[in-house]
Amino acid sequence: MYTGYDMPAADPKAVRELRLEIEELHAAYCWTLDRGALEEWPDYFTDDAVYRITARENADSGLPVGLVYADSKAMIRDRAFAIQHTLMYAPRYMQHFVSNVRVLEARGDAVKAQANYLLLQTLVDGPSTIHQAGRYYDTFVRRDGRLLLKERQCIYDTVLIANDLVLPV
Amino acid sequence: MFSANIVIGQPGNFEKDRVDADFDFKWPQDSLQYIPDWVYTSPEIYHREIERIFKGPTWNFVALEAEIPNPGDYKRSYVGATPVVVSRDTDGSVHVFENRCAHRGAEFCRNQRGNNKEFVCPYHQWSYDLKGNLQGIPFKRGLKKEGGGMPRDFRNEDHGLLKLRVTRLHGVVFASFSSEVEPIEQYLSPEILKDFEVVFKGRKLKILGYYRNELPGNWKLYHENLKDPYHATLLHSFLVTFGLMVVGSKNGMIADPTGRHGTLASAKPETMEGVVDDASKKEMRSYREDFKLADGRFLEYVREFDSPWSVTMQTIWPNLIVQRELNTLGIRHIVPNGPHSMIMLWTMFGYEGDSEEMTRHRLRQGNLMGPAGFLGLEDNEAIKFVQEGVRRSPSERGVLKLGGDRLGTTNSVIDEAGIRGMYKHYRQAMGL
Repeated sequence: MYTGYDMPAADPKAVRELRLEIEELHAAYCWTLDRGALEEWPDYFTDDAVYRITARENADSGLPVGLVYADSKAMIRDRAFAIQHTLMYAPRYMQHFVSNVRVLEARGDAVKAQANYLLLQTLVDGPSTIHQAGRYYDTFVRRDGRLLLKERQCIYDTVLIANDLVLPV
Repeated sequence: MFSANIVIGQPGNFEKDRVDADFDFKWPQDSLQYIPDWVYTSPEIYHREIERIFKGPTWNFVALEAEIPNPGDYKRSYVGATPVVVSRDTDGSVHVFENRCAHRGAEFCRNQRGNNKEFVCPYHQWSYDLKGNLQGIPFKRGLKKEGGGMPRDFRNEDHGLLKLRVTRLHGVVFASFSSEVEPIEQYLSPEILKDFEVVFKGRKLKILGYYRNELPGNWKLYHENLKDPYHATLLHSFLVTFGLMVVGSKNGMIADPTGRHGTLASAKPETMEGVVDDASKKEMRSYREDFKLADGRFLEYVREFDSPWSVTMQTIWPNLIVQRELNTLGIRHIVPNGPHSMIMLWTMFGYEGDSEEMTRHRLRQGNLMGPAGFLGLEDNEAIKFVQEGVRRSPSERGVLKLGGDRLGTTNSVIDEAGIRGMYKHYRQAMGL
């Protein structure tokens, strides 16, 4: 549960198409990240988007810190550029798995939804490991027919991080 | 990857991991210009560090008072690798005791933080007051018919939790296993106290949140990294490109007289124009003139401190880092976890009375630090690389010759005097 997303789920039958649309969006988003096309990553967000990755212990206590904290699409773009061009880190592969999509609320052009995610990391000389188990709390808005993220809160249960988190969730 | 996931080159399979009672720990050439790899790899050295440093005459960070503001508030913490509880009593005093029931040894406190009136071990419900004194034992006198119970001479006073010495300074709580350690101000020294007070003195902290990570490297590497201005100007493109710490601006490495504590300091120039000369630019591969931020708010500096430095990274021996990087503030608590691993506990904070916008500014700037920070993740990667190198290679030592024999304080960033100063103290403390 996360404040602002604690309403009961919308009637699944009424939002079935919307859920499918969101699932397709998750698949596209993951494909962007998993193949390393980070220059496309900001395009999933609105200009004023809030994007935060934080530990469940912070979310549960209402603490605002982010492991990653962006309150504009421009900040998301800066992080994408840094990861691609300036940061030093060992090579790795990532795979994102998103499931259990629940549409919580659909009001006009604004949609609230949640989903579970698993982030697998493979350092090229190590095993594939579950790097993060978490949940997305998303607010989408429809712009020109397309859903964009106005808010994405990535709340991870894997509070003790294995060294670091380089690529986005 | 957690160090437990290591497949290639597992610790224990290398010459350097051997626990060999008669191994001669002889410092190479008796010179601080070399560090023997066994300080990072030997289990025997690690155990000696726990005894002589973490349980020795040192003050170990355990908590910020802002985390436990009210009577009954507590926090799980560590002194060295030992789990402890930090507890605030009804009279406002702060107590630190082992997180180990005096009865059968259960680690009884399971929540990271909380508030309670007493501590009760879940196993047999022995209860302790907020100072760690044994209060109650169920069926202490046994049963009327069947007997049992504690012997007549059992005294609760003799069976409390193991208590540590506690000291508090400007809202920071330290604990020690030692009865010999000097008062905290003296322990820190005036050189270190000065920048410590810039962050903590007279200001109430507001906790913004936590990060935790395992770092697959020896705990000393974290101290070395922050006593090493040379790496800052080379590894971190964010520091170099945006002038947060760069050759050509005013920088310093300030050590206390013993060499164990340090402050890595830098003053951000108002403009980057003319700061870095062309010759220096060529030396720094991470200098990226083409890198411009799409959102410049991130690196704005609100001059809120009475200090010539815009950055001070303090290494406080043996387990505390105090981070003041522009307006992002925090502490890092180092928990040693065997020779090849440490746990890093980060607490990020601002001040009470910060406006909502100031808090957001600190949160935005927090992207520099932590296990996903633009600086933080690079440090974690580099330290992991060093541990893999020293663990897996048969070579035996590293080289620390920048700046020659200078120890401790230096105003050159191309100098390893801070690390050498730390090892001078280390060798004394360890008898090496």
